[in-house]
Amino acid sequence: MSPRPLLEVEHLSRRFAIRRGLVFARKMGEVAAVDDISFTLARGETLGIVGESGSGKSTTARLVLRLLDPSGGRIHFDGTDITDLSGVALRRFRRRMQIVFQDPFASLDPRQNVGEIIAEPLRLHRPGSEAGYRARVAELLALVGLAPEQARRYPHEFSGGQRQRIGIARALAAEPELIVCDEPVSALDVSIQAQVLNLLRDLQQRLGLSYLFITHDLAVVRHVAHRVAVMRRGKIVEMDETEALFAAPRDEYTRHLLAAMPAVAPGGKVVERLAVLARG
Amino acid sequence: MDPLLQISGLRTAFPGENGGELAVVDGVDLSLARGQTIGIVGESGSGKSMLSLSVMGLVPPPGRIAAGEIRFDGQELTRLPRPAMRALRGRRIAMIFQEPMTSLNPAHTIGAQIIEAIAAHERATAPDALRRRAIAALERVRIPDPARRIDDYPHQLSGGQRQRVMIAMALSCNPDLLIADEPTTALDVTVQAEILTLLKTLQRETGMAMMLISHDLGVVTDMADTVAVMYAGQVVERAPAATLFTMAEHPYTLGLIASAPRGGAARERLLAIEGSVPAPSAMPAGCRFHPRCALAEPACIAAAPAMRAFGPEQAARCRRAPIESIAA
Ligand SMILES: Nc1ncnc2c1ncn2[C@@H]1O[C@H](COP(=O)(O)OP(=O)(O)OP(=O)(O)O)[C@@H](O)[C@H]1O
Ligand SMILES: Nc1ncnc2c1ncn2[C@@H]1O[C@H](COP(=O)(O)OP(=O)(O)O)[C@@H](O)[C@H]1O
Ligand code: SF4
Ligand SMILES: [Mg+2]
Ligand SMILES: [Mg+2]
Repeated sequence: MSPRPLLEVEHLSRRFAIRRGLVFARKMGEVAAVDDISFTLARGETLGIVGESGSGKSTTARLVLRLLDPSGGRIHFDGTDITDLSGVALRRFRRRMQIVFQDPFASLDPRQNVGEIIAEPLRLHRPGSEAGYRARVAELLALVGLAPEQARRYPHEFSGGQRQRIGIARALAAEPELIVCDEPVSALDVSIQAQVLNLLRDLQQRLGLSYLFITHDLAVVRHVAHRVAVMRRGKIVEMDETEALFAAPRDEYTRHLLAAMPAVAPGGKVVERLAVLARG
Repeated sequence: MDPLLQISGLRTAFPGENGGELAVVDGVDLSLARGQTIGIVGESGSGKSMLSLSVMGLVPPPGRIAAGEIRFDGQELTRLPRPAMRALRGRRIAMIFQEPMTSLNPAHTIGAQIIEAIAAHERATAPDALRRRAIAALERVRIPDPARRIDDYPHQLSGGQRQRVMIAMALSCNPDLLIADEPTTALDVTVQAEILTLLKTLQRETGMAMMLISHDLGVVTDMADTVAVMYAGQVVERAPAATLFTMAEHPYTLGLIASAPRGGAARERLLAIEGSVPAPSAMPAGCRFHPRCALAEPACIAAAPAMRAFGPEQAARCRRAPIESIAA
């Protein structure tokens, strides 16, 4: 028997009221941002979620993390139904699931130095001594490829890729088992994107993390995900092993997305030259 | 025939500390023929936008063009008086930017804004003729039901439609050169493909030349005839778009190619370029790419490499190229 998945989502839905008018907002109707979706995520697995803007990807992320209440459906984390948890009980689970956002600029408090930013989840979830926090911050910075001395510096002193590393270090601080990555590399140049994707991959191998990886970039999802779910208008229209989905997309919308993906592969002398570069 | 645009030795700079100048574009040579597309790629901060603003005569002060020439259809732009440059911008060179929402005025209908663009370079046209022209402009960029959409405000349109409106405004003067700075970066993949296809179609229809700026090598090789790769204010490689993915010489270009995941070897480490683009105030000595280059050797730090030709249409700024001959 295979072990139970880390995350099980069943018939999850979330509706939002559509309101018009500024002073006396009247409810005009409802939008189903997430509409009856089900999926599972195993330990050490990456499930990619792709879909166009507004398809419900980020809403799914917030529901899974219990940052937003569902209108219907259930969420099980490590075998426990967390759908209706609140207070202390919910906080125990919050430690085990973290999020990394798209915008490395907006997601870090500019008034806190990097050490304080990374120590925040530790203070919340892992009571300990100041010296202990400092040691752990240094360890986390090293883990994401930054120097421990950089703990005293502020977010504006870092590049986009470095800020994203800081965001990842903060997410790792409380030793989560699940990390929801909401467009973690979309704001970055391909070169820096590759650095961050490599980091996420190495961390998964070392720590056995599960990733729910949201992106609108099909090439990225193909590279990182074991399985992919395609969302459209709040629904999962197709879900499969990554290579199977890319080889034979069943849904028309998935085919449309794939057709829009630029497909240029290196060849000829470039392949030899890359080999030289890889040897350094 | 002379190229439409010929840039030589261009240096664009901002004042630095203690009286010095910091070059953000430093010795750029480029040429573009009529009806052709040149793609400019490079990481953010490499000087792509400053290059395009230099051509437009829109370098934000206190920045300025410190040296070099920009010849457009025989005219030297860097010494052109301001009113003449403004007129040229309205009629012959147009530009579209990355974020269509910030370039459109939220308080006016898109019709009013297109009419303003048309009226800016056309004297005395009757109001209903202008309105008809604006509707035709929307039709040209394939906005459905243009006679009704013309009275919409920007927030009523999707991101892709807003970019179509920007293109309609840019093309309303029938420019000879369209500069597009990251025109699809903020859009979904499917919408991005639609906008790029539209730009290609409009280019075929009008015969305009394009300077397409992007940080996405795939987009640029898809769209352009020639590609110029920029790093730290300089062009480090120039090559035909069609052969870039098979013939690229420069370690930086190769690094950009290797960074983007392209199927195959899923979940393996990507061959990333470590580090990041240097600030103009901290330009490395010698080859500006050396701190990030896997192939750097002492000679790369001692002297700056010059651009060298590799075949009739390709050139690269690397002293070790061609690198497939480097022994393991
Ligand atoms: N708080 C809210 N109130 C009302 N509607 C909302 C709210 N949050 C999301 N929505 C709507 O729910 C739908 C899904 O939004 P969501 O943010 O999940 O999309 P997404 O797939 O993450 O898009 P993107 O790719 O642009 O990030 C959209 O129609 C959105 O406008
Ligand atoms: N207004 C400005 N004042 C001073 N430096 C600037 C200004 N705008 C851009 N720069 C600098 O010029 C360099 C090139 O920027 P830019 O042309 O915007 O790059 P790209 O478009 O390739 O991302 C960067 O180092 C940037 O910090
Ligand atoms: S000149 Fe040297 S450092 Fe510069 S790109 Fe070539 S090998 Fe690398
Ligand atoms: Mg989102
Ligand atoms: Mg730019």
